[in-house]
Amino acid sequence: MLSIKNLHKKFGKLKVLDGVSFDIPTSGTIAVLGPNGSGKTTIMKCILGMVIPNSGDITLNDMPVLKQWDYRREIGYLPQIAQFPDNLTVQELINMIKDLRSAPANESELIDRFELHPFLSQKLSNLSGGTKQKVNIVLTFMFDCPLYILDEPTAGLDPISMIRLKELIDRKKNEEKTIIVTTHIMSLVEELADEIFFLLDGKIYFRGTVDQLKKETIQEDLEHAIANILTND
Amino acid sequence: MIKILKYSFFDLIRSRWSYVYLLFYLIIGFALLFLNNNLSKAIITLMNIVVVLVPMIGTIFGVMYYYSSQEFTELLLAQPIKRRTIFLGQYLGIALSLSFSLLVGLGIPFLAYGLMQSGEIWNFGLLLIVGTFLTFIFVALAFAISLRNENKIKGFGYGILLWLFMAVIYDGLFLILLVTFDDYPLDKFTLAASFLNPIDLSRILILLKLDISALLGYTGALFQQYFGTGTGMIMSLSSLAIWTVVPMWMIVRSSGKKDF
Repeated sequence: MLSIKNLHKKFGKLKVLDGVSFDIPTSGTIAVLGPNGSGKTTIMKCILGMVIPNSGDITLNDMPVLKQWDYRREIGYLPQIAQFPDNLTVQELINMIKDLRSAPANESELIDRFELHPFLSQKLSNLSGGTKQKVNIVLTFMFDCPLYILDEPTAGLDPISMIRLKELIDRKKNEEKTIIVTTHIMSLVEELADEIFFLLDGKIYFRGTVDQLKKETIQEDLEHAIANILTND
Repeated sequence: MIKILKYSFFDLIRSRWSYVYLLFYLIIGFALLFLNNNLSKAIITLMNIVVVLVPMIGTIFGVMYYYSSQEFTELLLAQPIKRRTIFLGQYLGIALSLSFSLLVGLGIPFLAYGLMQSGEIWNFGLLLIVGTFLTFIFVALAFAISLRNENKIKGFGYGILLWLFMAVIYDGLFLILLVTFDDYPLDKFTLAASFLNPIDLSRILILLKLDISALLGYTGALFQQYFGTGTGMIMSLSSLAIWTVVPMWMIVRSSGKKDF
């Protein structure tokens, strides 16, 4: 499905990715973990073509993605910080993205799920952080894509919305979709992730299931297992 | 591209500043015409305003729009759209909406005054063409500068500096050079240098058309002497076209390399 080979990226003198390689052969949920500034967002933006890597290859369904654009039809992307054009209403924004993408969308079901009806005619600048994030989720999931890339999807969400988001991700997983997610909420990782990629110093330091990570670090819970990796280094 | 252009255009047309800009031209147009009571004089005065003001507004709007629409741009970048389409679409959206304000703002007073019945219609038309060119050129330059500068303040500073250089400093430097190297033949140099400044070119172009030798100045006179009125106009118009295409190409180039 998705394959990354030897990805390098420097921002000025700062080396962010130093030869990241991985393969995601089938569907499932992959959690990309790592300390702040370890390059999680950079990898995702490389896949999307927003950040241009210095070297390396990325292929999606055996097609190279670098310098291409049409492959983005296959990806739903939820950016880390939900920023929208301020002078649009929620409904206008949804319509605009639908128009730009010209693909069938099922936004109404998502609007119901996250109870966004009262906000549809409000300007985006007037929304709270959590509500903006819900709009962000609707925009990401309203298209049917084989790959979803979620960068901190839980930011600012209340517990009920968090549960609904988990259900949504679970459902997508059952529909045989691939979901790549970064988060600092370990309970989410434990519940959802089929596999963990742990990034450190611009490389994939660990790859495996939650249980493997716990076993390898001899820790009872995930939070401590990760802390263990970081302090040992 | 048309979709992006449409969103940027309507986004700007709905904004308050577009109305202020439009209103400004309406007031200037009416005031100049009905106080002067002379179409030809009004066009000359307007030319002096247009060649300085249009580049400034184009630069400011271009830079401001780029930085304030960064979120929108990031949203678009994750969609199946070419980068070139996004940035050229936004650029054309701004340039067209500013040109729209200029054309409508100046067009209404002149039509109301009875432009159609006078012989000045082509002179006025040329003024609008030059204004539109200057809008497209300076918005493109502003976009190209903003794309290369992550820092808003820097981008704004460089933009304004470029405008100041083209509109004011260039002429001064030129004059100093001419005076200092008075003993040398500077015709060719002068001629070449006037192609390097779109504001100068616009001024020469209009004055050639109006055929007022007294206002042409040194560069203009040289232009007329070298190329004659007809060729001179074609030369300056095509240079303005080059001045539009080059920064557009810079937009495409730097947007292709940038990380977001």
